[in-house]
Amino acid sequence: MTDAAPREIRSVLATDCGSTTTKAILIEKIGDSWRQTYRGEAPTTVEAPFEDVTRGVLNAAMEVQELSGRALVEGTSIKTPDVDGQGVDLYISTSSAGGGLQLVVGGVVKSMTAESAARAALGAGAIVMDTFASNDNRPAHEQIERIRQLRPDMILLAGGVDGGTKKHVVTLAERIRAARPRTRLGGGFNLPIIFAGNQDVRDDVDSLLKDVSALDLIENVRPEMERENLGPARDKIHDLFMEHVMAQAPGYDKLMGWADAPIMPTPGAVGLIMQTIAKKKGINILGVDIGGATTDVFSVFEGIFNRTVSANLGMSYSVSNVLAEAGLPNVLRWVPFDINEKQLRNRIGNKMIRPTTIPQSLEELQIEQAIAREALRLAFVQHKEFAVGLKGIQKQRTIADAFRQSEDNSLVKMMNLNLIVGSGGVLSHAPRRVQSMYMMIDAYAPEGITEIAVDSIFMMPHLGVLSTVNEEAATEVFEKDCIIYLGTCVAPIGPLRPEKPVLRIQLKLPGGDSVDKTIHADQLELIQCGPDTEAEATITPLQPDLDIGEGLGKAFTGKLRGGVVGLVFDTRGRAIRLPKNQSERTPLLKDWVNGMGAYPNAEGV
Amino acid sequence: MAAIFTPGLKVAAETVVIKDRRLPLEGEVLVKVGDKVSADDIVARTQLPGKIYPINVANQLGVSAARLKDFMRKKAGDTVTEGEVIASTPGIFGFFKSESAAIVSGTIESISSVSGEVIFQSHPIPVEVDAYINGHLVEVHKNEGCVVQAKAALVQGIFGLGGETKGNLVLGVENPTDVLEAKNIRADMTGKIVVGGAYLTLEALARAVEVGVAGLVTGGFDYDDIKELLGYEVGVAITGNEALGLTLVVTEGFGHIQMAPATFALLKEHIGERASINGATQIRAGVIRPEVVITDDCAEALTERWTPPDPTGIQLGDNIRGIRSPYFGEIGRVKSLPVDLMTLESETKVRIMEVEFKDGKTAMLPRANVESIQE
Repeated sequence: MTDAAPREIRSVLATDCGSTTTKAILIEKIGDSWRQTYRGEAPTTVEAPFEDVTRGVLNAAMEVQELSGRALVEGTSIKTPDVDGQGVDLYISTSSAGGGLQLVVGGVVKSMTAESAARAALGAGAIVMDTFASNDNRPAHEQIERIRQLRPDMILLAGGVDGGTKKHVVTLAERIRAARPRTRLGGGFNLPIIFAGNQDVRDDVDSLLKDVSALDLIENVRPEMERENLGPARDKIHDLFMEHVMAQAPGYDKLMGWADAPIMPTPGAVGLIMQTIAKKKGINILGVDIGGATTDVFSVFEGIFNRTVSANLGMSYSVSNVLAEAGLPNVLRWVPFDINEKQLRNRIGNKMIRPTTIPQSLEELQIEQAIAREALRLAFVQHKEFAVGLKGIQKQRTIADAFRQSEDNSLVKMMNLNLIVGSGGVLSHAPRRVQSMYMMIDAYAPEGITEIAVDSIFMMPHLGVLSTVNEEAATEVFEKDCIIYLGTCVAPIGPLRPEKPVLRIQLKLPGGDSVDKTIHADQLELIQCGPDTEAEATITPLQPDLDIGEGLGKAFTGKLRGGVVGLVFDTRGRAIRLPKNQSERTPLLKDWVNGMGAYPNAEGV
Repeated sequence: MAAIFTPGLKVAAETVVIKDRRLPLEGEVLVKVGDKVSADDIVARTQLPGKIYPINVANQLGVSAARLKDFMRKKAGDTVTEGEVIASTPGIFGFFKSESAAIVSGTIESISSVSGEVIFQSHPIPVEVDAYINGHLVEVHKNEGCVVQAKAALVQGIFGLGGETKGNLVLGVENPTDVLEAKNIRADMTGKIVVGGAYLTLEALARAVEVGVAGLVTGGFDYDDIKELLGYEVGVAITGNEALGLTLVVTEGFGHIQMAPATFALLKEHIGERASINGATQIRAGVIRPEVVITDDCAEALTERWTPPDPTGIQLGDNIRGIRSPYFGEIGRVKSLPVDLMTLESETKVRIMEVEFKDGKTAMLPRANVESIQE
């Protein structure tokens, strides 16, 4: 790694080395503005026969070079610095190649110290392969067998608050020692183990694990019952990611030499940019990155960041698992036409085994987007269950409260959510932007008034790592080129009485037009309100038990942000009311599709 | 946009097959470079560490963990037999004695004076790796395994279940469009690999398990039937360890799809010969395809490791297979490769190719939705 030059930086090449594709973007200072200008991609080359990640990076950079006319590749390296518009001043990268960063975590109580350890690992951008705890209901020999089989990149062992239990923590360390865990990438290296538990047993843990692992003893992730301290563990995971995982992955030693900032795990970088937006705007935010194999969900509520990764919910490699977890009826409820169930299962199975195919027909697209709704929904359910209270906050709680961490306790309060940001192929590359908004509304069922946006071309990882070296550039590009505001969704909650009108909407639109209309139950109404504009709105619930965020029956008066889709008024209830009977459901779905203008030839669908 | 083509499934009358045969842990490699091996020959062996069983002996004895060592009759590293007393307390006047016995035969791994646990390790489990195919040794990984190479006929499938097995090929149907039904599975197919056509019924598969068929090769299979078979859904295509009773190789995909004529013809050509098959599938990075490998007696020594040529993109005139609805399973020829992006019915803008099908009709297909038929 080299230090960034002190002179003014005017051009940045950023890559994200994904499992299958390496994506490169060029960011340039044009006049006084930072803009993302060109993009290229190439297959990732971590696997045989290349086994050198830099080949894919150079190929992706070459594509940007061809498009931009700016020389980026010099010999077998990235050309730096920028001299007269040739080369770049800064090269940075994220990586999830080779399956990303994979951790096993452990703690004494599954819902407490083990959960804190999992949260620290997830926050660092890792996939948690398994969570061990003294009370996880598995016999000890099964735990040990599992640790042997998993071969993670590292283990994060927590357990016990400071001054708390010693015996259970030592037992966990003894089991890890007995398992003699090995690293995923092999090579004769000792597996990195981070101990972040009860500080009183550091010596015991040290004597048990130092000769069978590369052991680091750090501060406790849960020093007190009601306080988490995740920062040191996250930082240590990042350090070890660079020192051990990256250093052993094929070609990464070279890539680290090129990069002007530490290489970050892709989800870690996305999490960083999510936190930056939430902090800068002072809002609550929900972000999602739906990929082929996994779906990452990020949230920042009241300043508290949480990330979860649903390792087997995705749109290609894991698409059949979405079907298995959601169940066929839940997928079918979003499909606006009749389809043979066996045929649908076979189609989804075929997408799993040929994951790079794309929907050619409209029907195929609609099926894929129906599955996406369920993948998004299921990953969000997992996130809400995980993003629960007490983390990092000093609260007066009883011990019973600490154990009772149900969904009710979730930090994710939909009525308090300000912005949803979607990313990943099915959202970023939907043929019509309205489809992305429609999918996110169905999957997340936002409540009250919620803005919705997408990542234009999947550049959040790049901007996340950029924010570590040049926050100004990252923020500017994020606003101008990355985030595309789709619009705002307005959805009342409460017991809907379908026979009565639900909302009165009064709008003054940017062009001077006015709208004054009443919306009935079970409707999805789209009103155009362009990007970078706002509508002056008064929204009045017409039933006393309905709430749009102002309190029961109370009107909202204020501005609604427009977008490339517009303003969507959703009176389908929460949870969204869908007839179980297909013959009743299909016409309703068609009405909504047509109302939203979601698909071509909507009348004929 | 980079031109990324889906690598096709290989169907080759003669190619070079290279198999990496590795132990799960370091051990002993029994062959050397240049050796000629048969599919059943053991090429490497090792001992997997026995299972670990922690038992809280301090609790069993009712003593503190710190004092446990005072009552142990065995020490760490000692060999023990299941049921053998490893620790005991003297009791009072000979009464109220407590004992703890070994729960497995093996060794004592450790005794903890903090947790009070004694960790037992059962005896090592021997593991052997065979050559899987007839061939010659071209490389040895010291203490880890070796590489076997052979000229072979090869059929790669798209999805499979079950692991490696071997058997003689036998035809279950007459044509690649036929359905392999239960009535096609005969009692004399025990230990054989049965070649089917467009579809395999669940009843036929059950009958094959009953008869003791080693493997089944079919064009299509219903995704639903996997759950019927295994009791769970395969949500992610990583397979190979299913305890199915046989190995299944699906060459085309899920549904009722004719086996590619070239695939069927090649398998038919080798009826009666011994084949090695593996259902292991991994679609993600580090792709593993299920396969049927037919090696002869390897009279010709291939002792230099072969390097496969770099894969090339799809060219005009190449044979391709549609891999997504509405052209799923259809086989045709590349007629043209237009440069411009085309908007599909789904409004997706993609690079496409013009394909001429067997019946003379042509259609535009996204390049991502075809795979080359590599022969």
